[in-house]
Amino acid sequence: MTPLFQVKSLSKFYGNRIGCKDVSFDLYPGEVMGIVGESGSGKSTLLNCLAGHLEPDTGEVLFNTRTDGLRDTVTMSEPERRMLGRTDWAFVHQHARDGLRMGVSAGGNVGERLMAVGARNYGAIREQAIDWLGRVEIAEDRVDDRPSAFSGGMQQRLQIARNLVTGPRLVFMDEPTGGLDVSVQARLLDLLRGLVREMGLSAIIVTHDLAVVRLLADRLMVMKDGHVVETGLTDQVLDDPQHGYTQLLVSSVLQV
Amino acid sequence: MQEYNFAYLDEQTKRMIRRAILKGLAVPGYQVPFASREMPMPYGWGTGGVQVSAAVLMPEDVMKVIDQGADDTTNAVSIRKFFERTAGVDTTERTSDADVIQTRHRIPEEALREDQILVYQVPIPEPLRFLEPRETETRKMHALEEYGLMHVKLYEDIARNGAIATAYAYPVRVEGRYVMDPSPIPKFDNPKLEMAAIQLFGAGREQRIYALPPYCNVVSLDFEDYPFEASKADHACDLCGCETSYLDEVIVDDAGGRMFVCSDTDFCRGRRAAGHIGVQGTPFEEDAA
Repeated sequence: MTPLFQVKSLSKFYGNRIGCKDVSFDLYPGEVMGIVGESGSGKSTLLNCLAGHLEPDTGEVLFNTRTDGLRDTVTMSEPERRMLGRTDWAFVHQHARDGLRMGVSAGGNVGERLMAVGARNYGAIREQAIDWLGRVEIAEDRVDDRPSAFSGGMQQRLQIARNLVTGPRLVFMDEPTGGLDVSVQARLLDLLRGLVREMGLSAIIVTHDLAVVRLLADRLMVMKDGHVVETGLTDQVLDDPQHGYTQLLVSSVLQV
Repeated sequence: MQEYNFAYLDEQTKRMIRRAILKGLAVPGYQVPFASREMPMPYGWGTGGVQVSAAVLMPEDVMKVIDQGADDTTNAVSIRKFFERTAGVDTTERTSDADVIQTRHRIPEEALREDQILVYQVPIPEPLRFLEPRETETRKMHALEEYGLMHVKLYEDIARNGAIATAYAYPVRVEGRYVMDPSPIPKFDNPKLEMAAIQLFGAGREQRIYALPPYCNVVSLDFEDYPFEASKADHACDLCGCETSYLDEVIVDDAGGRMFVCSDTDFCRGRRAAGHIGVQGTPFEEDAA
């Protein structure tokens, strides 16, 4: 089986300091991988390199495209990479404001990706937007409201709808539940888990919240100071951590 | 007239602007950056259009200047005087007699010919500006033909107003490639953008020149189920009775009285001279205006 996404010895330096170093992994269709680690461990740098927002210094980022099979996204042309970014890839930002157009209605936000790939029928775009708002539990009568009139949790759900509307195959998520209170977090996680299973999505989730990866991720990668210190199945890593840092991380979680 | 070079600008500047114009004509709809000069008038008064006109004007040319279709408003009068003084060219109010027509926000009603040049004054040349504020990003979007965002604007229009409410500066796609802001002309004029004359667009403050060569393919953006419509006030001109020209609505008293008149003053006068009379019109006299 060909992996959907393959990373080979990827490194990114900021001058002399390490962003992330020598990261390699394979991601198969339908698989969800979590990347955990403390602040400054290189999680976000890695995710941005993978999603094409940052240019890695060395290494390959291969994606199994629909037409040409495995292609290196670092060396492919910018138009191709940006095309991937609005069709087969999706990126969910930590702050919904970074991923939404705040001056455009919810329907327009969801419809943007459809229009970007050539949809030119207003009725059809709107119908699909309403359908997707329903799937992320936003009422139909809010379709013409701007995201600034939404609560934080709704904004985050809207961002997810906007990203998934074109049926991507790979979703990058950067702390998708950061900044939300726990009950809203729980609902969002529930929703995400449902969508990921239902659509057979592959996802890479960066977070510092171990509960999030416990619920969503099949596999786990633990990072410290730009290096990957431990990888494995989520339950295995969390229940029987081998590396000292992972043990510290797991034992630091507050038990209520 | 030894104080100024012909048409105010020095020859090196005109050369630079002509190069930008030629590039613009070669790549229709592409915004060519140029080193806009300080002109003796404020930004927003047509500094871009004036520089383009100065660069294309020849001593034997006859010039016409219109502002919202009218020859006799402040902007039109002062720019016409500017070229009378600095270039010594003849000026006219008749569309058919003019070689170079500088316009603000209108295309003349009368069809232009191949030997004429229409120069537009452009306030904001970037059609994507209000959706994407970063210039670096909009240039990239033009380069990669990522124009989905333009339809987001039209989508918002329909979602809020039930129809595409954009009535002026209506975005167009040129030769299937660049999306272009046709300057704030009413969308009624959009179909006329495919014309015989050369069309040049100058934005002085934003330092951009772009152009449409003759008979260029220009398509107004729309949705399949909400097609583009060139709208105008549903009325006939009260002075000349024309039912197909673009109309201005004029409030005539404080009791709700109003009249609709052709926005193109030369066109309206020509019709009245030919004997057409509207509902409130009077028989034409040569010196009445």
